[in-house]
Amino acid sequence: MGLLGWVTLLPLFGAALILLVPQEEESIHRGLGLLTAIVTFVVSLLMLSGFDAGQAGFQLEVNRSWIAPLGIRFHLGVDGISLWLVMLTTFLIPVTLLSPQAIGIRNIRVREFTAAMLILETGMIGAFLALDLFVFYVFWELMLIPMYFIIGIWGGERRFYAAIKFVIYTLVGSLLMLVAILYLYAQFHAATGGYSFDYAQLSHLSLPASAQMYCFFAFALAFAIKVPIFPLHTWLPDAHVEAPTGGSVILAGVMLKFGTYGLLRFALPLFPLAAAQAAPLIAILAVIGIVYGALMAFVQDDAKKLVAYSSVSHLGFVVLGILTLNPTGIQGAVYQMLAHGISTGGLFLGVGLLYDRRHSRKLSDFGGLWAKTPVFAACLLVIVLASVGLPGLCGFVGEFLVLIGTFTAQKLWGPAGLTGYFPAPKLMGGIAATSVIISAMYLLGMYQRLMFGPLDKPENRAVRDIHGAETWVFGIMVTAAIVMGLAPQPILNRSEKSVEAFVASYRDRLQEAKRNPDVPPHIYPPLPAAAAEGGGTP
Amino acid sequence: MTFNLRLIPLLPFLGAAILMLFGRKWKRDTVLIVAAGAIAGSCLVAFDAFFTALPRAAAGGGLHDVVGTWIAAGSLKVDLAFRMDALSGLLCLIITFIGFLIHLYSSGYMEHDPDYPRFFAYLNLFCGSMLVLVLGDSLPVMFIGWEGVGLCSYLLIGFWYTSNANADAGKKAFITNRIGDLGFLIGMFLLYQYTGSLNIPEITAAAQGGGALMQPLWGATVAFWAALFLFVGATGKSAQLPLYVWLPDAMAGPTPVSALIHAATMVTAGVYMVARMHAVYLLTPGAMAIVAIVGALTALFAAIIGFAQNDFKKVLAYSTISQLGFMFAGVGTGNFDAGVFHLFTHAFFKAGLFLCAGSVMHAMGGSGDITIMGGLRKKVPWTHGVFFVCWLAICGVPFFSGFFSKDSIIGGAFGTEIFDAAINPLAGEHLAWVGKAVGVVLMLAALGTAFYMSRLYFLVFSGSETRASDEIKHHIHESPGAMVGPLVVLAIGAALGGFIGLPGGLLDHPEWNLLADRLRPVLGPEMEISRAMEIGFMVGSVVLALGGIGLAYLFYGGGYREPARKFAAAAPRFVQLVRDKFRIDELYGFLIIRPVKAIAKGIFFVVDRILIDGFLVGGLAWVVDLVGSIARWLQGGDVQRYMAVFAIGVAAIAYLATQPMHTFFSNALKVTVNGLTVDVDAHRGSIAANRVLDYSFDFDDDGKPEVTGVASGAHHVYPQPGTYTVRVKVKDPSWGTSSTLTQKVEVR
Repeated sequence: MGLLGWVTLLPLFGAALILLVPQEEESIHRGLGLLTAIVTFVVSLLMLSGFDAGQAGFQLEVNRSWIAPLGIRFHLGVDGISLWLVMLTTFLIPVTLLSPQAIGIRNIRVREFTAAMLILETGMIGAFLALDLFVFYVFWELMLIPMYFIIGIWGGERRFYAAIKFVIYTLVGSLLMLVAILYLYAQFHAATGGYSFDYAQLSHLSLPASAQMYCFFAFALAFAIKVPIFPLHTWLPDAHVEAPTGGSVILAGVMLKFGTYGLLRFALPLFPLAAAQAAPLIAILAVIGIVYGALMAFVQDDAKKLVAYSSVSHLGFVVLGILTLNPTGIQGAVYQMLAHGISTGGLFLGVGLLYDRRHSRKLSDFGGLWAKTPVFAACLLVIVLASVGLPGLCGFVGEFLVLIGTFTAQKLWGPAGLTGYFPAPKLMGGIAATSVIISAMYLLGMYQRLMFGPLDKPENRAVRDIHGAETWVFGIMVTAAIVMGLAPQPILNRSEKSVEAFVASYRDRLQEAKRNPDVPPHIYPPLPAAAAEGGGTP
Repeated sequence: MTFNLRLIPLLPFLGAAILMLFGRKWKRDTVLIVAAGAIAGSCLVAFDAFFTALPRAAAGGGLHDVVGTWIAAGSLKVDLAFRMDALSGLLCLIITFIGFLIHLYSSGYMEHDPDYPRFFAYLNLFCGSMLVLVLGDSLPVMFIGWEGVGLCSYLLIGFWYTSNANADAGKKAFITNRIGDLGFLIGMFLLYQYTGSLNIPEITAAAQGGGALMQPLWGATVAFWAALFLFVGATGKSAQLPLYVWLPDAMAGPTPVSALIHAATMVTAGVYMVARMHAVYLLTPGAMAIVAIVGALTALFAAIIGFAQNDFKKVLAYSTISQLGFMFAGVGTGNFDAGVFHLFTHAFFKAGLFLCAGSVMHAMGGSGDITIMGGLRKKVPWTHGVFFVCWLAICGVPFFSGFFSKDSIIGGAFGTEIFDAAINPLAGEHLAWVGKAVGVVLMLAALGTAFYMSRLYFLVFSGSETRASDEIKHHIHESPGAMVGPLVVLAIGAALGGFIGLPGGLLDHPEWNLLADRLRPVLGPEMEISRAMEIGFMVGSVVLALGGIGLAYLFYGGGYREPARKFAAAAPRFVQLVRDKFRIDELYGFLIIRPVKAIAKGIFFVVDRILIDGFLVGGLAWVVDLVGSIARWLQGGDVQRYMAVFAIGVAAIAYLATQPMHTFFSNALKVTVNGLTVDVDAHRGSIAANRVLDYSFDFDDDGKPEVTGVASGAHHVYPQPGTYTVRVKVKDPSWGTSSTLTQKVEVR
């Protein structure tokens, strides 16, 4: 099955195993779940060690025929971009399962919760690794289902509303994407005579300008909802507020990244011309999202909602970084995805812990907790500062690179004769950078209202500091935030080649598409011989 | 030359980490040994580097230490690297030496605080960050320190966190600093964009080359905007107009913190940064003028506010803002080594003043209200002695340290040639007034400084009567040795520190100016002004200093005197306005903070709740719901409804079936143009496709069809090029229905 197959499917097997254990054996469910997640993490470390940073293309590929008549292949592969997103997933799932608060305060059906988290993990890893658009779509939808249940069953008071809003929003986008995938499939047949959903082949298909626009819209809408890009973000605060802690951590930590990963992996390379034409609009929306999300976070009294809106702001940086279309900006975007997983994951764990202790998320219900929970307060401070983007912690590196990339966006594109597509880079960068002020305002404001001030609410006197497994959870997150801030290079080194190759090939294909905007679907650049054989025949 | 510079910041960082992880369970002495030991070690390494290794290093480069690559992505590469030259070395000495003294002092001052280990952990963290700031070889590494000291400042201002006021003050400091940091970041990005590097030596080289940074941008040059944005960062960190508002509030922190962070070291980071980037600033006299003017105005403005403050530390806070203004006026007039010189002397006398404030407040049971003090000269003799020396130093009384440094700034402002278009080709004609105007404002500020500092001295120490309650009076005592010791060392520095920067030129021994001698390879030759001018300013500033002191004596000598009362009675509203700090805080609250909050709240409800969730999401859901309920109503089981739907359906099909062709999706014609010849095909397929239809083609839309018949296609040759409208009428003879298609054609 290959290393990647194991990484993908191990959690699913674990989930199946857990579902066989009787309902009442909760500690076995927890133990088995954690064990599965840790084993998956270890296997993913093998993947990491087997990864060759010097190569740009996909590695460790698994490629076997699945539904031969339709040319569908079970094709997985990892490059420098998906590598780290998979690592983020396999890292966050065990940490979340270790946290006693993951399931939320409706502490029921531990078996099903643990299984749902593991199925979710398979869906996410599969979607990151899939190199066949059909397989990608299957995994993409697969992760929707457990998350729907996680919100709907273990969520808060308005869990049904939030779960349905989440599903409908996501489905609207993904169904259009499915149509576009099928269109690509048909056009590939028209151009080559072969049938294939294979990414490596479809990414050589060059569509005429108008068709690119429709398909790009379909893909981009699906991904924009997932990110979420302003103004498609309103499902996010609801989903986060209602989801149990574990759901929020994974939703923000990993699932939102499918939006930005999808833009980077599919929407831009498959439709280069349309992407370039839409780039100014999306970049402007990203900048609006950065400021807008931050301002919204600033006025929330609900800690979870505050963190949710901060995600809108932070993910805006990722989108902006991708659209700079230069290696610095995209490296920053990739790094920001990981850093956001750590910092926002940590914030949700922290807020979840307080909710578990106090059954409240309202900031006005807290105050002066430092005296009661010094260790937790110190951990949360590091995570808050990482999210604020303090240099030396993980949040800085990504934002810094994205902003550098934004400022230099036009300069790098000048020689290629493509200047002007990125509107006013200095202005955009400058506006985006104002979030350094606003993020300090809302996050330190939140921190102050939780930890500082007099301990004047009697309910807060009994709040206990972190202990046992909780110490491990926060210790791990804090360590990750510090290490990623001080030593980003091991990560950046491994994604460098893939990002550079992405930029080079995108530029090449964009220039080709600009030369021939009205040529019917054709193959560019020519398919390598080995890949050309991969297509199935009806 | 390489040198293990990383040890200098690493030791305090290690101290901080150890104290954070284990300090909570340790005895106070152990905590102190770790904390003070870490900073003492760092101090020794810094002295070794500065006095032993640095003189042996090559002139421009200094000592260098590359730890490794920090961030490399795309074309950007930032090393975690440190560099010590005379400028950063001098700052390292100040930070580690005064830092060490303040660690010792704090062991006495914080003796009874339950959070003793946390305090020292923060202090160590601060020292480490500050050392990274000055030693960083690139702007991003400098920015680690820049933000790190901001964080420590935040943590230490809010150290006594149970009071919301303290926490608010910490947050205000951090956020105001972040406004500046935005400027710093943008300046950094501009420099990177145009020089391709973030390493300070490379930027300096590029700036000295000129070209890249002299490109036009937004009506000025790149250098101007980069320098200006960096200076915005400096106004935040160094509390200059208009971002100074956080520093007075920062006095909420423990006093040793005020001395170390908010007087001697952190707040001078902006001055250091401007001096560090002097090559960029020298390209743009316009930006330097802004630096100098902002500095001078801040110096005067803060001094005026200092006249009316009644809190010991608040007076010192405004005094710090004012003195920082002097330093900026120095570097802004191109007198970089004078700015750094004042930074050095100020570190001693201001740290001394703050620690005296701590000692006095310690004696007064924690109160810093100077209206209840008085006559403390005899009760806290050591503290008084130190304060006395530092007071003379800050007033600029001859031969005390402040005299030399302040004088070289004021003299430089009058003598600068940076703004003189005749000498400096980069300067515009309209800048010539800047140097002299700055000089005049600085002289007024110097007078003000002497006045408010003397007011403070007289109200606290002079007279025979202490105005406090008997209970407080009873407890007044001199501070323990751990606090007095560092005070005395600082007083020695405040008294003699000026001699490192003697105006050697004046005495025909330029080499006597040790400071300028060391800084010359980094900052270039010191400014030279004529002997007559120099002597003139010296005499003038002595007169100003003595005048300020004398005036204050008239008002406050031995306590509040008649003129002070009369003045306060004559202009009560003005005095109140000054005491309320011109209500700038309230103005910011009214103009910025409240509107931002209100707008954000408004947007949240209007855009997120009503527009997006209400209209868009809710509207879509409503449409789906509506369609659903109509469909449900239609299939409600009522036979008549079914019949009605059935009838409508039949009618619709009949209508479509009788149309000669659909014009439903498009009424475009298939047109082929070939020169003046046009072929038109009106066959579009239809439900009635196999019926015979009558076509009439009107190629020029004049109402007279050119071609008629049952063929769906037609051919026409236009007489001359132009744009024509083709109108095709299609008739179905069996049903009598018809439809029309039109299309524009262009023939050439």
